[in-house]
Amino acid sequence: VLLHRFQSTLVIAEHANEALTPITLNTITAAKRLGGEVSCLVAGTNCEKVAQELSKVQGVSKVLFAQHDAFKGLLAEELTPLILETQKQFSYTHICAGASAFGKNLLPRVAAKLDVAPISDITEIKSPDTFVRTIYAGNALCTVKCDEKIKVFSVRGTSFEAAPVSGGSATVEKISAPAPVGQSEWIEQKLTKSDRPELTSAKVVVSGGRGLKSGENFKLLYELADQLHAAVGASRAAVDAGFVPNDMQVGQTGKIVAPELYIAVGISGAIQHLAGMKDSKTIVAINKDPEAPIFQVADYGLVADLFKVVPELTAALKK
Amino acid sequence: MAAAGLRAMVGVKRVIDYAVKVRVKPDNSGVVTDGVKHSMNPFCEIAVEEAVRLKEKKLVSEVVAVSCGPQQCQETIRTALAMGADRGLHVDIPAKDYENLTPFQVSKILAALAKKESVNLLLLGKQAIDDDCNQTGQMTAAFLDWPQGTFASEVSVDGDWLKVEREIDGGLETVRLKLPAVVTADLRLNEPRYATLPNIMKAKKKKIEVVKPSDLGVDLTPRVKTLSVEDPPQRKAGVKVETVEDLVAKLKESGRI
Repeated sequence: VLLHRFQSTLVIAEHANEALTPITLNTITAAKRLGGEVSCLVAGTNCEKVAQELSKVQGVSKVLFAQHDAFKGLLAEELTPLILETQKQFSYTHICAGASAFGKNLLPRVAAKLDVAPISDITEIKSPDTFVRTIYAGNALCTVKCDEKIKVFSVRGTSFEAAPVSGGSATVEKISAPAPVGQSEWIEQKLTKSDRPELTSAKVVVSGGRGLKSGENFKLLYELADQLHAAVGASRAAVDAGFVPNDMQVGQTGKIVAPELYIAVGISGAIQHLAGMKDSKTIVAINKDPEAPIFQVADYGLVADLFKVVPELTAALKK
Repeated sequence: MAAAGLRAMVGVKRVIDYAVKVRVKPDNSGVVTDGVKHSMNPFCEIAVEEAVRLKEKKLVSEVVAVSCGPQQCQETIRTALAMGADRGLHVDIPAKDYENLTPFQVSKILAALAKKESVNLLLLGKQAIDDDCNQTGQMTAAFLDWPQGTFASEVSVDGDWLKVEREIDGGLETVRLKLPAVVTADLRLNEPRYATLPNIMKAKKKKIEVVKPSDLGVDLTPRVKTLSVEDPPQRKAGVKVETVEDLVAKLKESGRI
């Protein structure tokens, strides 16, 4: 307990200037579990609003924010010097971020600059220096002890609850941005437009695999998803076949999801897909092959032709 | 710098083949690797393919394939050579040290080699399918003070700059990086070729140089210790339902809809 008093954690906030990205809240919960004080760092071109939002999150005691045009696109090359400056000033024992594309891109660069070995995508904190993470696409759990002076790690969002967004009263402090590095430039972002919930935070996910046979046939899943307020995902096989874009991929090399309800349609259940969804609370599998491995993890399995039963299911839910 | 003068290095990791079901060792010290089929990490294959394509477009003059690990890594390097890499570098790491080797040490090795070989483009896979770390490209870029184009789905050379389209959570993003730079390959960057028999034969004649981490001044002391490796909790198969009505009833019962 005494040790905890000397601990302090910096959470690197992920956001899109206007709004905080949900995984930051899961990361704050992980940071709180370490026992020490939790601070958040927000960098952006215009991110004061996000800093204010974060100050109300339960468990956060200080929010630092820095604004500069160089932070456009949150490039790792530009954010790293800011984090190093902040670390120099406050000497945190832990630095973390969500294990999203943002956190995965940024944290190893920060760790290398601090000359420490980072730990990726942790699913559990055993003690301030001991973490659990998955290896081999979730086929094994690995407990690691980090001997570094500063522990740098990314957090699997689905393994920690989101911290409550009200009730906190952190101080907000503006800090200055270091000189731009200028070795990289952010050009543009093409985000997939969708009125549906975001895949990693949706309560219900409907995913399709190679069994859908084409991108057009994903329409069946969108119609079903609309009835369930669900996000739509896909297996790597469906992405590889060109049916849907990669940002829909659920699995070891895509997104990790753990919704309350996961409906796998025409997905065989390759190891690499199971790694991305097997922590879902309830799993439904629809596949015409009774031997498909997906049935081994499904709570409810329906051996049937998806082209017949998915429209039936959509119709039944409309009632 | 003239684009044609780009020298590319590509990292290739030997891992348990993606199709093999891994088994945890009874003493929980790791997973069973003896007698198990190994291959090149699939993301590294994509990186090799990209390097070779850049060479075929005459944007790259030479492709060097590097692997860190025990003797068997030379087989992985041979695969890269058969795909079209020009020569190999095997960083020989004894099995005992290899057990504790993490991306931290590998990144230091790759950074040292990139300097030694005067490389200006380092292509790696975004992650290895054994440890799933997704760190090596980013850390190597940091050690070299180079920019990083991680999770790349498209790469093009634009004078002294590299344009990289990246896979991000909500879609795609495009960045420009000043060369020299590190790029890590995501799934959609390309579809790796299969090595043809003549190219496999040719690869046997290509040179693989062996170097030691100590020659590069890299210390292999582990920074992170593996305490245990265990099986994940198993999910039990549930029930089969016969009809959509049954399914809807079950989901209502369990409060999921």
